[in-house]
Amino acid sequence: MVSFIWVFLIGIGIIYALISGNISIINESILTNATEALDLILNLLPTIVLWTGILKIAEESGLLDLFAKLLNPILCKLFPDIPKDNKALGYISSNIAANMLGLGSAATPAGLKAMDELQKINPKKDTATNSMITFLILNTAGVTLIPTTILALRVAYKSVNPGEIIIPAIIATTISSISGLTLDYFIRKKKNKWK
Amino acid sequence: MEIISKIILPIFVLIIIIYGVKKKINVYDTFLEGAKEGLVTTFNIFPAIIAMIFAINIFLDSNILGYLVSLLGNIKIPLEIIPMALLRPISGTASLAIMNDIFKSFGPDSFIGRLASVLQGCTDTTIYVIALYFGSIKITKIKHALWGGLFADLMGIIAAIILTKLFF
Repeated sequence: MVSFIWVFLIGIGIIYALISGNISIINESILTNATEALDLILNLLPTIVLWTGILKIAEESGLLDLFAKLLNPILCKLFPDIPKDNKALGYISSNIAANMLGLGSAATPAGLKAMDELQKINPKKDTATNSMITFLILNTAGVTLIPTTILALRVAYKSVNPGEIIIPAIIATTISSISGLTLDYFIRKKKNKWK
Repeated sequence: MEIISKIILPIFVLIIIIYGVKKKINVYDTFLEGAKEGLVTTFNIFPAIIAMIFAINIFLDSNILGYLVSLLGNIKIPLEIIPMALLRPISGTASLAIMNDIFKSFGPDSFIGRLASVLQGCTDTTIYVIALYFGSIKITKIKHALWGGLFADLMGIIAAIILTKLFF
């Protein structure tokens, strides 16, 4: 998928530039591109290193687990199909909590384990269960309290108040999650009626 | 609102550090350990960043977007936000590369700069996550997971536009 898009962007760009006579700009772009990528990495590096350091403290001290526990009661309501004592709920909470703190590297393993546990209680092994779909919709909406990369880039480009986008981003994510979950709820309800 | 946005990060740091001290872990060493991991992660994404900056810049510099929008007539939306919104669910690096381009051209405190920031922050790479998670347990019939995820993204994009207008 990403490979296709990569080829598409480069192919369309060069072909259009050839047709429209803009090719000298592309020539320059190709030559200066890699330096720009290096600038971007250097811009991101300090803030990312700082935050992964701070967030590591949250992970090691158990603050992340505490946060996950706080989320647990809400999540129980969203996943009525999962038995209360199942491990999947714990992994789902850890995944969501890690995502919220911007700990992508801690979120993915927990998410994969959650899917594993959900698969164990799945009667049809090739078909997604309701819980899996709800989990993925919640996961892909990606509620992040500290968007490290964005902050890093805003700082690098000398934003007056780099953190000003955090609150609107949180509200937008919440709206996105709620709409996703609502759609999921109605699709499920409709399917139950057919049965 | 401005005070809240300036207080979030310091409070967050304070809570994490105090909790670490309370739980008697070596806060400083843990920080160094995490920071080292961050260093490795950042260098690991470097090839992907080069690849995406390369493709995105060729695409944007060709000005094909300007041509496409001229076909649509007079729409007053910043061009770059469209490919960014389209690429966000597929590749976080691609949308990051466009956000970088937007910051470079318009600055992070312009309307489009703020919109790009909110957009990048409000959704995740839906298609990638779904492929990874379902792939890991070999599920092929994913029912409405993809559409549900993309619908949530779309709502996120609309919310981002409205909120950016409201907030700034």
